[in-house]
Amino acid sequence: MKLLGFIIVCLTGIFLLYGTSDLPDWGDPNSPASLHLSNHYIEKAVAETEVPNLVTAVLADYRGFDTMFETAVVFTAGLACFLLLRDFKPKQDRYYRHVPTGVVLHFKDKARQLRVGTEFESVDKDWVPSDMVIKTVCRILIPFIQIYALYVVAHGDFSPGGGFQGGVIFGSSFILLAISYNLKTLMKRVSEKFLGIFSAVGVLIYVGIGVIAMIMGGNFLDYSTLAPLVPVDPGHIRALGMLGVEIGVGIAVMAAMAIIYINIVSQGRHDEGL
Amino acid sequence: MTEIISLVVAKYNYWLYIILMMIGLYAMIAKNNLIKKLVGMNIFQTAIILFYVSTGYKTGATIPIIKNAHGGHGVEAAVIHAADYINPLPHVLMLTAIVVSVATFGVAMALCVRIYQRYQTLEEDELRMRLSEK
Repeated sequence: MKLLGFIIVCLTGIFLLYGTSDLPDWGDPNSPASLHLSNHYIEKAVAETEVPNLVTAVLADYRGFDTMFETAVVFTAGLACFLLLRDFKPKQDRYYRHVPTGVVLHFKDKARQLRVGTEFESVDKDWVPSDMVIKTVCRILIPFIQIYALYVVAHGDFSPGGGFQGGVIFGSSFILLAISYNLKTLMKRVSEKFLGIFSAVGVLIYVGIGVIAMIMGGNFLDYSTLAPLVPVDPGHIRALGMLGVEIGVGIAVMAAMAIIYINIVSQGRHDEGL
Repeated sequence: MTEIISLVVAKYNYWLYIILMMIGLYAMIAKNNLIKKLVGMNIFQTAIILFYVSTGYKTGATIPIIKNAHGGHGVEAAVIHAADYINPLPHVLMLTAIVVSVATFGVAMALCVRIYQRYQTLEEDELRMRLSEK
């Protein structure tokens, strides 16, 4: 199997390498990819959409329909992880740690429970005391990561950034919290319900802006028809519509990333993770 | 010989992506462990992403963010030449592809977790053995 795979891979690679002789040179300004549509995007996008970042202009305006369904794919992936893995059955074995003495109690009876508070905390089976350096550094870093994520979402029109990138950065701050403390600390701050609702709300914001544009008499996702609703310069309305769409994308991606991570590391039980 | 060398130098980016892509394809075909197959799939996707981004590059052009788009302080908005900015379209396509690939990778990992919960293994030959036992 390994030899057969190697032969197939070598043959495919040789054919593909042979095919590169027809492809345009590296950095050729007259390559077919940059002759037709991209010239229109580069030369007309600022006049048509008032957005200097062409990537955002193409992403959220010219190809808005495509991006809407990409967001729906991310939402569906979060939903699929939830449906595949979520396990609502409580665990048989539970471990509690007496905080002042550090004694760990092991409960095998499902009915018996300890009240978790300042005296006892519930811990994982292979619990180790978390490191003070890691905890402190992450506690300082996480707010800045989140502020940076919001900046990336909000400045997607003018500088490199946008909803996908900002959402992933925000989601990674949740993951950092779960790694540096533990999964329970994260679940205390962002509940499962919060994440589920937010991943749907993000997609709904995107679709909602499109539907409002339709109600106002334009095409789906035609932001210029939103001008009477927002008291700004009507020339700038497309940039604002894109900002709204990007916020929706950011929320959906942020929540979906957190849902995927939480479900995979805890095998769907949401109690203990990495 | 010099012809071949000049051919490789002009298109060395494609050679790198194809080698990367074939590494990923080999891992997907020949590796026994499901997680290793997933890693191979990710390498394959990375090669395709690099290929797309490289098609957008133009020599001497800058990133597709228009300078002084709204005139700035007393500066008239300059005429925009397409040759000064790289092609934004591959960047848009790959921007969404990266996030979607992360999401689909998450779903694949979730499936692996379910397989492990049921069969206690992620090795393909052992899985096939367990399935044929029934």
